[in-house]
Amino acid sequence: MVKQESESANRPDNTAFTQQRLPAWQPILSAGIVIPGFVLIGLAFIGIGVALFVTSKSIQELEFDYTGYSNESPCSSCAQSVVANCKCSLNFTLTTLLQGPVFFYYGLSNYFQNYRRYGASKDDNQLYGDLSYFTSPSSSCSPYDYDSSKKPIVPCGSIANSMFNDTFTLTWTVNGKTNNVSLDGKGIAWWTDYNVKYRNPNVTPLKNAFNGTVKPINWAKPAYELDASDPSNNGFVNQDFLVWMRRAALPNFRKLYRRIDASGDYKNGLPAGNYTVDITYNYPVRAFNGVKKIVFSNVSWMGGRNEFLGIAYLVIGSLCVVMSVVMLIVYAKFKFPDEE
Amino acid sequence: MSFFGLDCVRKKERELERKIRANDREYNLSFKYATNAIKTSKYNFFTFLPLNLFEQFQRIANAYFLFLLVLQVIPQISSLSWFTTVVPLILVLTVTAAKDATDDINRHRSDNRVNNRKVQVLIDRKLRSEKWMNVQVGDIIKLENNQFVTADLLLLSSSEPLNLVYIETAELDGETNLKVRQALPVTGDLGDDIEKLADFNGETVNTHAHTQFFHIDRLMNVLVIFIFGFLAFMCSVLAIGNYIWEKNEGSQFTVFLPRLEDDPAFSSFLTFWSYVIILNTVVPISLYVSVEIIRLGNSFYIDWDRKMYYAHNDTPAEARTTTLNEELGQIKYVFSDKTGTLTQNIMIFNKCTINGKCYGDVYDYTGQRLEINEYTDTVDFSFNPLADSRFVFHDHSLVEAVKLENTEVHAFFRLLALCHTVMAEEKKEGELFYQAQSPDEGALVTAARNFGFVFRSRTPDSISIVEMGKQCNYELLAILDFNNVRKRMSVIVRSPEGKLSLYCKGADTIIYERLHQSCSKLMDVTTEHLNEFAGDGLRTLALAYKDLDEEYFNQWIQRHHEANTALEDREDKLDQLYEEIEKDLLLLGATAIEDKLQDGVPQTIEQLSKADIKIWVLTGDKQETAENIGYSCNLLREEMNDVFIISGNSLEDVQQELRNARTSMKPDAAENSEFLPEMDKGVKVVTDEVVNGEYGLVINGHSLAYALEHSLELEFLRTACMCKAVICCRVTPLQKAQVVELVKKYKKAVTLAIGDGANDVSMIKAAHIGVGISGQEGMQAVLSSDYSFAQFRFLQRLLLVHGRWSYLRMCKFLRYFFYKNFTFTFVHFWFAFFCGFSAQTVYDEWFITLYNLMYTALPVLGMSLFDQDVNDVWSFQHPQLYVPGQLNLYFSKKSFFKCALHSCYSSLVLFFIPYAAMYDTVRDDGKDIADYQSFALLTQTCLLFAVSIQLGFEMSYWTAVNTIFVLGSLVMYFAVTFTMYSNGMFTILPSAFPFIGTARNSLNQPNVWLTIFLTSILCVLPVITNRFLMIQLCPTINDKVMFKVRQAKATPAPPTQRARIRRTSSRRSGYAFSHAQGYGDLVTSGRFLRRPALTRSSGFTHVGRTTTSFSPMGRSAGYSPTGRPQNNKVPNVEVTSLQMYRTITDSAP
Repeated sequence: MVKQESESANRPDNTAFTQQRLPAWQPILSAGIVIPGFVLIGLAFIGIGVALFVTSKSIQELEFDYTGYSNESPCSSCAQSVVANCKCSLNFTLTTLLQGPVFFYYGLSNYFQNYRRYGASKDDNQLYGDLSYFTSPSSSCSPYDYDSSKKPIVPCGSIANSMFNDTFTLTWTVNGKTNNVSLDGKGIAWWTDYNVKYRNPNVTPLKNAFNGTVKPINWAKPAYELDASDPSNNGFVNQDFLVWMRRAALPNFRKLYRRIDASGDYKNGLPAGNYTVDITYNYPVRAFNGVKKIVFSNVSWMGGRNEFLGIAYLVIGSLCVVMSVVMLIVYAKFKFPDEE
Repeated sequence: MSFFGLDCVRKKERELERKIRANDREYNLSFKYATNAIKTSKYNFFTFLPLNLFEQFQRIANAYFLFLLVLQVIPQISSLSWFTTVVPLILVLTVTAAKDATDDINRHRSDNRVNNRKVQVLIDRKLRSEKWMNVQVGDIIKLENNQFVTADLLLLSSSEPLNLVYIETAELDGETNLKVRQALPVTGDLGDDIEKLADFNGETVNTHAHTQFFHIDRLMNVLVIFIFGFLAFMCSVLAIGNYIWEKNEGSQFTVFLPRLEDDPAFSSFLTFWSYVIILNTVVPISLYVSVEIIRLGNSFYIDWDRKMYYAHNDTPAEARTTTLNEELGQIKYVFSDKTGTLTQNIMIFNKCTINGKCYGDVYDYTGQRLEINEYTDTVDFSFNPLADSRFVFHDHSLVEAVKLENTEVHAFFRLLALCHTVMAEEKKEGELFYQAQSPDEGALVTAARNFGFVFRSRTPDSISIVEMGKQCNYELLAILDFNNVRKRMSVIVRSPEGKLSLYCKGADTIIYERLHQSCSKLMDVTTEHLNEFAGDGLRTLALAYKDLDEEYFNQWIQRHHEANTALEDREDKLDQLYEEIEKDLLLLGATAIEDKLQDGVPQTIEQLSKADIKIWVLTGDKQETAENIGYSCNLLREEMNDVFIISGNSLEDVQQELRNARTSMKPDAAENSEFLPEMDKGVKVVTDEVVNGEYGLVINGHSLAYALEHSLELEFLRTACMCKAVICCRVTPLQKAQVVELVKKYKKAVTLAIGDGANDVSMIKAAHIGVGISGQEGMQAVLSSDYSFAQFRFLQRLLLVHGRWSYLRMCKFLRYFFYKNFTFTFVHFWFAFFCGFSAQTVYDEWFITLYNLMYTALPVLGMSLFDQDVNDVWSFQHPQLYVPGQLNLYFSKKSFFKCALHSCYSSLVLFFIPYAAMYDTVRDDGKDIADYQSFALLTQTCLLFAVSIQLGFEMSYWTAVNTIFVLGSLVMYFAVTFTMYSNGMFTILPSAFPFIGTARNSLNQPNVWLTIFLTSILCVLPVITNRFLMIQLCPTINDKVMFKVRQAKATPAPPTQRARIRRTSSRRSGYAFSHAQGYGDLVTSGRFLRRPALTRSSGFTHVGRTTTSFSPMGRSAGYSPTGRPQNNKVPNVEVTSLQMYRTITDSAP
């Protein structure tokens, strides 16, 4: 016995793995699977598509361009002037209730927040509240790392420097009475941005942390004075700042400006009536043919209004059904394999 | 035995003469000859790192990545962090270095084993045990029996009689029979105390490096160049885009993003390089590592295959090269050696006909002939103590006839025991070993031995045999030796009773011409039997004898002596004398010897030819032998329309014969002058021509020499390639290589050469793939081969199963790999149009780093290691499955472009569906989701799902491992992503993990998942539709077989063993055994008899001594005692030359 073993010492092991006999599932694209599969997928897609489309249709959305390119536009004068804090107003009428919760967005077009060097132009360590990066910002912020007098800029970089600085107030005129619509700016940024990614240095008062630094060149006020009304909404955790810093993927984008405070008259959303948006016009976009918009919209389970997904599901679902018929015809006609 | 060693020295400059003094190290050292140490290793401990890195960076992909790394440190260009390139590069370098290191360690080991073998060397007048590596040029070496020799040696003297040594050169030429070498008389007397100087002209051989090219590798190189071109194209497009954008929009966007440089041209220049970095994933760097791993894995499968393990000598198959597996699936031409490859090189005495009665077949009680197999009852030879126990015979009637003292049967075996040139060795009483020049002779003498006519020993002038237990000494008066013209050999002996007889054996046609008229009836019967033997593929010899008249013989031997000493026309005169005495012979019968084929050879050849593989047998054998084997192994078939034999002796003859053959195959074939090989990228390619019917071609060695000449080679190739089977006989090792080279040169096909001996080495090295038959003594063929196994029949498994699967897997791998990387990369291209051509990546940098290494590596590896369209049994049952590989259908430039197009489609889906789905949309709580980070996460998740699902459709063999790999990779992706985007990671290194929270914030959104679902389905739907329609409309052979498998739902019964093919054909008879002049001269020559044979024979046969007197055994029909006892000594036949020459002429039948 021992001898026999040594005689076949080189005999390979008899395992399913070494002998390539592992049990396996060997699916093939047979008509019995493919054609019913296509029908099923097609029907499912049509179902999803209908649901999405209906949902999307139910979302109400109001969009107003206030860039002021045309002379009829209320902000055309502001668009041409170079004065800071130019005021203009935009009126619109709601015939029905805009179902709440209602979100107030500003939108920009032809704006390349996704430009590589723009996107890289920030210092995550500085924004994380690391004081050592206050005095020496990352070179990625260049040319917005130091000002002309070699003082470090905090927050440094192009993104921060280009923060959107138009402001809006909304009034509702009903029965000749003008009401200020209360706008809620709390919690409009991502929870993780507010709580983890961006942090103010642990210095009180916050102002002291910024000693020896200068504000971004385009900013009117330093970071620690962004929100005079709410001291906790200052520095790097200012909600507007956070929203701006989450740069957009595409050149046309909208960002959340405020929520309509769902209280009082606005409990169910924006009631019908005449509204006026008072705009403090600062942000220059005409140089690059940009467009500025304000948008009022509510949301659904699938987010904001986007008809594409629903339509895409419907189209592809229908195509699947059509293809399954084509395949059935081909299969019936040719019926592989006749024989060898 | 004493030798002195001559090293194999590499020739550095032209040396005309090399002087060596035996046993004088100082003198020899002055020439600075190389040492005897063998070194095949490449690195040592210190040189490994620098040398290996240097070698690796010579690879274009690695060098390219180094270049990328340099680009990435330039801040204006760097569009990706350095780690995205460094991590894969280091991984690639490490894996390759580890592999190179293991290889080199193995080489070191084998070098050490050879170098440290011990040998006795004479140093300072003492024998010392030395390692072979320390042996120096000019050393005197003492070798003992069965020692390995790893140097060139010159024989000085031997302990054997006649100063002979028997050497086996199996490692050099694969021939396992022993070769005789004889020392020079002057050195033979020296013994061990040599102080003579010897001048010697050494000859050195430089073996050429084994240069292979790999089909897929070559295609890959072309593709890589194409990919580089494509990369440059994409980058240029984007750079131009950048120029336009900068000019029109970017210059106006300066409010928020000031320009570093105002010149759009410079910006676009930088953009070009930035995109070179980003789009680098089209250049397949990790592909090479994966390819190596797949090849390694598939090589292991070959090593592990129990169905290629030969239990008889415990030899598993071995993949000695790991880089050629997929080529095994594309073989078009197989060049095979015959002896030891198709045949076992074992000759078996199978049948005989004696005096008109045929022996050897077994019949049952109804008279039905039985098929002989391993269970058939064998004849018991125990009555004969000297019998060779390995000899097997099934027909009991023959041994009965011997026991009944049938005169003809006795004469028959007496002839076999006397008429040969075999040497006997008897180390121990009764243990006889025969040293035969050819295995056929050995088989005949062994047969005689078992049937009671034991050849025991010979001296130059006597042969002693034991006849039915009685010792008889025959006086050997003359050997009329074999040569190729005579095709027969005879001996003239005087029996103990004093009777003079001539025994002759030879080709039947030759013998028949020399028979006495009285034999005509016996001739007819014997001819019938011979035809039957030939029909079984046996090799036949006719035996005849003749009693000689004393007076006539005396006169004849006198003339023979004169002729032998004649200075002019010696050969002719001898031939005339032989012719004169070899006539009026009496026919005894005929023998039939089986040149035993290896198991399963005919079936294998049939399978391979069904797989459209052309088999060319290149053998050193004679034409008859080769043809015979061609028939018995199914290569040539009786059903073939014609078998052409090319044996012309001049250029014109050969040309004419080739033309005739071609015209008869294809009358309308273009003339050679009009037939110009197609030019394919500067390489001439001879296309295959289709002919009706099956043809065979047999070409002789000397004709081949003409056919391989430049003017004829195309003619030859065209004709040969029209034939199903080609046999080249009497070819030299060089010609074997030339034939392979010829096919390689003009045919765009992968060639494989299989052989077992060193005469096949050149051919094995010349072919794309070399296969060595292992498990035998010869190692040279195996050492230079890429694959080795013990039996020819394993070739079908190597090609039809392992080769096919490897090719299939490699092609699937390549197609999928390009698909997944192109898809990955093209998305960046589309995104460029929306981000101002700023070289912004679509995905997270970590995803870019890990995509190839972690997320998609294992699933595709799993597919490439486990995939099989149908299992091995079905592969054998449908050898046509092999054909797509030969035609390169699974992966070609065309399929590469298809991959690229498919990727293009997928990338469009993968970019624009998320683009449209996220356009101006928000989360369900109104917050941002169309931000860059969420978009990146969405796109990369879509991509990963799409390529994983695509892989699922590529895979036709889902094992549990595959499932784990695919699902595991997806799970891993989410695990890694959530980890990378976690608070913890960000807190540790804020700048390295800026995607904090992205996964949490976007993957909880239903529209994100709906987008992922939509893109995944949309990516594969057209693929499925296309594939389904293709299967219905024009199914490939694979589809058909897979469908059959599906219908059968079970493994099919193994193909029925084809019954042994019996054919009724013209017999192929002849003394087809040996190419060389016999040993006759040597054995009759007394000149080298330093030690009398008596002293040796005393050592072994006491039985023989007691039975010195011979009593005639009964009726002696075969031996009519005509002559009276003869006492006068016949002078020894003069032998002038020991040299055995290879006959170069061979007449065709």
